[in-house]
Amino acid sequence: MARTAVSGRLIWRAATLVAAHWETPTARTLVLDVPDWPGHLPGQHVDVRLTAEDGYRAQRSYSIASAWPHPDNRVELTVQRLDDGEVSPYLTDTVAVGDQIELRGPVGGWFVWRDTSPAPVLLVGGGSGMVPLMAMIRARATAGTKQPFHLLYSVRTPADVLYADELRRRARDDAGLDIHYIYTRKTPDDWPSPPKRIDVTALNTYGWPPDITPDCFVCGPTTFVETTADILVALGHDPKRIRTERFGGTS
Amino acid sequence: MTQRSEMTRNGAALDGNAMAGDLREIFAVDVTAARYMCAGCRHTDAVATLMLWNQVPGLVARCPNCGDVVMRVVRAPDRVYLDLRGSVRLEVPLEGG
Amino acid sequence: MGIISRGFGGRRRESVPGLPPGQYLTHDFPVLSAGPTPRIPLDRWNFTLTTETGDKTTWNWTEFQALPAEDFTADIHCVTKWSKLGTTWRGVSLDTLLADVESTAEYTMAHSFGGYTTNVPLEDLLDGKAWVVYKFEGEDLEPEHGGPARLLVPHLYFWKSAKWVNGLTLMPQDEPGFWEAAGYNMYGDPWREQRYQGD
Repeated sequence: MARTAVSGRLIWRAATLVAAHWETPTARTLVLDVPDWPGHLPGQHVDVRLTAEDGYRAQRSYSIASAWPHPDNRVELTVQRLDDGEVSPYLTDTVAVGDQIELRGPVGGWFVWRDTSPAPVLLVGGGSGMVPLMAMIRARATAGTKQPFHLLYSVRTPADVLYADELRRRARDDAGLDIHYIYTRKTPDDWPSPPKRIDVTALNTYGWPPDITPDCFVCGPTTFVETTADILVALGHDPKRIRTERFGGTS
Repeated sequence: MTQRSEMTRNGAALDGNAMAGDLREIFAVDVTAARYMCAGCRHTDAVATLMLWNQVPGLVARCPNCGDVVMRVVRAPDRVYLDLRGSVRLEVPLEGG
Repeated sequence: MGIISRGFGGRRRESVPGLPPGQYLTHDFPVLSAGPTPRIPLDRWNFTLTTETGDKTTWNWTEFQALPAEDFTADIHCVTKWSKLGTTWRGVSLDTLLADVESTAEYTMAHSFGGYTTNVPLEDLLDGKAWVVYKFEGEDLEPEHGGPARLLVPHLYFWKSAKWVNGLTLMPQDEPGFWEAAGYNMYGDPWREQRYQGD
């Protein structure tokens, strides 16, 4: 099943929305039925294409949030609404259960985690960059493998945390998963330090020492990804073990 | 300022990961994990790390080390053009190897 | 056509009769680029005309500003499907720039700071069909839209209107520029929807 995730014929196909729920006031998870889904690796994405009645088209890429196999054979996407976006507001505010969108995927074979890789894993996510990292965390649980995972998740405020309840549960129940949050604008009431952006101290304290040679996955807005990758290299991590995915935007 | 950070400030907000779909319509395997060698500076890395300017139907992927164009992808309705003259070669991993 | 997504509207646009086929009217001004925006100080700016025999004529910014210029209105059509009607510009006509040039060449290649190129037949630059512009809507042309100066050839798709233009080379034969070599049409007539090679 995993083998076909990176080879085989790729076509645009219809996906039907079967359920949806809000992760935050501005981010919505779409649960899609995609017939004959070939399966996917955590970290892969899909291209979504929308066609209006006059034939106008718009297309964007979204990371797959769910792991495969999925208990209901669904593919889940989590979409962050961008106020000036063309596609995301439709996916968060308009598309309803029963509606169809077009999907192409799964695609992307570099920014993926394979459960056969024995190395410890460092996940660093900024904002909606958490989506593909969540697929990796879910895949680890589904596969039942034991590689230790450290997640550093940077958000503006506690209300912006995607998958908040599930991450709380997994931090408690998934052995070997450690999660640390970084709040850049507003912290929870009991937080010991003021808001700040990701920095050397955070990555040094809550990451992995470089001699552990972890697989590092960094995802989020472009400048977040560049800053984080530069810090990891400065801390001594091998650049070849750092995989990045930039989501656009510069915050 | 590094070439990469200068290009980020100037609008390359995406990277080669975003080309995965268009490239998968040409190749039966994923190409973002393939390694390119830049014809300009010989820098080598995964296609996923190229700096991407998205001007659909044209995509331009530049070397993060020197800024030269490594790849251009033009997606017409019934065909895809892949211009690789900025890459000396592509090393494409195959599944099952 | 594929699946229609119920209720999807997309960017504010209209399908207005009279637009070239496949185009949509926009009221903003999308910024599309093939690379980083060059930042050219005016004291480094120049525009060079090169004939097929290598003869060169160069203007610096001061000299260029002294040339007779025109204010005009044009409709522009981008291959990415947006069209913008009634845009206003100020610039120097290619008729003015080419007035004293001796050449038998029939084709040209426009060059830009940053390395972009695009080919245009010479006759498509003459007789009031093309300008090198430096003002848009009464203001200095911004770098992200091609400033200090860009080529403007409104009757062809907008990728032919090279941003950050710094020269024009006359050629005896047609050769592909940046996008033409990558699969776009050599000519690019929006009214015949010539987007790609072979269209």
